[in-house]
Amino acid sequence: MTTSHREERTFLDSQELILNMGPQHPSTHGVLRVILKLDGEKVIGTECVIGYLHRGVEKIAENRTYAMFNPYVDRMDYVAAVSNGLGYCLAVEKLINVEVPARAQFLRVIMTELNRLASHQVWLGTHALDIGAMTPLFYTFRDREEILKIFEKYCGARLTTHAFRIGGCQYEAYDGMEQEVLTFCDFLLPKIDEYEQLLTTNRIWVERTKGVGVISGADAIAMGLTGPPLRASGVKWDLRKAQPYSAYDQFDFEIPIGYNGDTYDRYLVRIAEMRQSVRIIRQAVERLPQGPIMAKVSKMLKPPVGEVYVSIEAPKGELGYYIVSDGSLQPYRVRVRPPSFVNLQALDQMVKGQLVADVVAVIGTLDIVLGEVDR
Amino acid sequence: MLQYVTGYLSQPVTPGEAGNYIWALIYILVVIMGVSGVVLGMNWGERKALAHMQVRLGPMRVGPHGLLQPFADALKLLTKEDIIPAGADKLVFSLAPVAIIVTAWTVFLVVPFGRTHAITDMNIGVLFMLGVSSLSVLCIVMAGWASNSNYPLMGALRSSAQMVSYEVAMGLVVVSAVMMTATNTNVGTLSMIGIVEAQASQHFWFIFKFFPLGLIAFVVFAIAMVAETNRAPFDLPEAESELVAGFHTEYSGFRWSLFMLAEYSGMIAVSSIAVTLWLGGWLRPFASIHGPQITIPHYWRGGALDFAASLLPALCMFLLALFCLVGAYRMPRLRTFRIQTAGLTVFGLGLGFIGMVLLCPPVRDRVQDIFWFTAKIGVFMYLFIWYRATFPRYRFDQLMRVGWKVLLPIGLGVLILTAIVGVLL
Repeated sequence: MTTSHREERTFLDSQELILNMGPQHPSTHGVLRVILKLDGEKVIGTECVIGYLHRGVEKIAENRTYAMFNPYVDRMDYVAAVSNGLGYCLAVEKLINVEVPARAQFLRVIMTELNRLASHQVWLGTHALDIGAMTPLFYTFRDREEILKIFEKYCGARLTTHAFRIGGCQYEAYDGMEQEVLTFCDFLLPKIDEYEQLLTTNRIWVERTKGVGVISGADAIAMGLTGPPLRASGVKWDLRKAQPYSAYDQFDFEIPIGYNGDTYDRYLVRIAEMRQSVRIIRQAVERLPQGPIMAKVSKMLKPPVGEVYVSIEAPKGELGYYIVSDGSLQPYRVRVRPPSFVNLQALDQMVKGQLVADVVAVIGTLDIVLGEVDR
Repeated sequence: MLQYVTGYLSQPVTPGEAGNYIWALIYILVVIMGVSGVVLGMNWGERKALAHMQVRLGPMRVGPHGLLQPFADALKLLTKEDIIPAGADKLVFSLAPVAIIVTAWTVFLVVPFGRTHAITDMNIGVLFMLGVSSLSVLCIVMAGWASNSNYPLMGALRSSAQMVSYEVAMGLVVVSAVMMTATNTNVGTLSMIGIVEAQASQHFWFIFKFFPLGLIAFVVFAIAMVAETNRAPFDLPEAESELVAGFHTEYSGFRWSLFMLAEYSGMIAVSSIAVTLWLGGWLRPFASIHGPQITIPHYWRGGALDFAASLLPALCMFLLALFCLVGAYRMPRLRTFRIQTAGLTVFGLGLGFIGMVLLCPPVRDRVQDIFWFTAKIGVFMYLFIWYRATFPRYRFDQLMRVGWKVLLPIGLGVLILTAIVGVLL
């Protein structure tokens, strides 16, 4: 546009408003920066600017041994650290071709599913807060505390747990862990009902989420969406069923799916997933086998030359690790496929034509963690 | 002097009506200070009530149970750096908070805390209140525009659209209440005191009048007034998760505190309209039932129920005092808590003293109406907090839809039906 054009414009001519949302904004879940192009309150387009939390995790991997890199992956999706560790361990185990003992596998399932619950609770609290409901945040964090206590007792850390090791688990279940986890399951189910009481049939909640950020199943697949955003669009794809890993094929659970692909369905899917997770945990605890928890893995791990891609169903979607080994002590290259990063690219499509308030709702419903997006 | 004061206090009219400027000035000061004090208390009460609904404790550190927290906050706000953003319109930017607080306080000119406890009684009281309280939208737009920033601008625009659309529904139901004052006498009144007196003479709070018309009108008003004061779930102009802080994003320190003060004063103001119009203002529940006549020498001559009601303010104070004293008794007996325990005890004793004062016959008779009015407003304040803990926030278009497509038709229907029923009866 030339300058002369610009001068002719008057105050009354409608102009797009460029609104810079973030990186310091209450509801961008960390340091996401979204540049919004607005017509009044209507969103014409968005552009995500990421990288404010970039720590070069993938590059760090190239200078660490395989075992040394293990704790670093916890720092990517820090609300679901256990899942990150599981994915990495599985990838390295596949690389060195080690079979993990059954007891370790079950322990891993228990921890991972507990972590899924914790992650979904963080999501629910912050998502509801974005939409303006304050109270669920405190309810979910109160209950998440119980999970973190179990983590702390198990491996000494609450958030960045480093719970698993390559080849199994470092720690045996502490005394009374089984009972504690079962008690927690009994404790949590009514609490999930409590969250639902506040939101599921709440008229304002339904109006704010139904028909917001709709994405069809085909579009979701084309965008590479995984996890709850994909399943809410009606695609029944869950890696725990599709490519069972870590003994998931031995458990009886369902994959909840939605139909409309909107924010409300994603909410329902995640709530249903929490119930399924409880179901899995119960089975895993009840059938926890005896035996060793660690396979024989050399201290100086030197995998054969080769490459491997292993993906798991993290709470936020498909978390994949692509590891290239050149036969040395350190990986030649580690590439992470973070679910948040891939899911985030659907933001533009989901909010186009909707209102500013929907942008925060959609950012919330995509359940992104910036540590994972930027790595 | 004392004679003059007591002589004045026995007058049956408000100072404004009597044309007594000195007393009007005293009343104005008392009301402004009272409102500011209530806002401070409300600040504490909101944080406490909200916290307990959300399984937290809320302020606990500053003073016993955080009682001094609002003062600490006020002190902090007053000592903060006063920032005016570069590029802001300095004059408008600094004028907006002053203007909003002036409008927020002007409203209280006509609020009847009792038959004689109002600064003045205007024959257009309700109109005056609605008019002045809607001026606050101007100040919000001023603030949003002068900040020269996107978020405040959007907040201001949202706010103006929201307030304008909810004022229509509000105005309609207010008119229906005004019509109700005319049922027996055929002469309606817009005067706030007149409206309460109409409810007294008709032996009906207007919320129960022409059931369910009064109730519906009240509910419409109760919803519209939340939108009018920008409180959750209609707090779009300051939607934290979307617009950071809305129209006062760029404000800090004292100017910001004026906005807060105005918001809470506004809540009290609209609640007082609702109380006056539908909940019988200063009348106690069952005000026309006096009970059997009893006589206590030098103390009481009249209905037993009236007597019981007249003891209530003092009893409430005693209860609060007891609450504080029990709390102090249950404090851990540790050195660290000594000052807190002492503070709580003194606070409780102070409340008890106020209760004793309220028990004295001359005071007791005069605070009756203030007590009931304040209690009713307190219920509304609690509702505001409750909403905030329970509801998510409406989106802008939904807010508009609720205003124009739901509340407005209901208000219009109530108005027409009230008119018809009023003529027929």
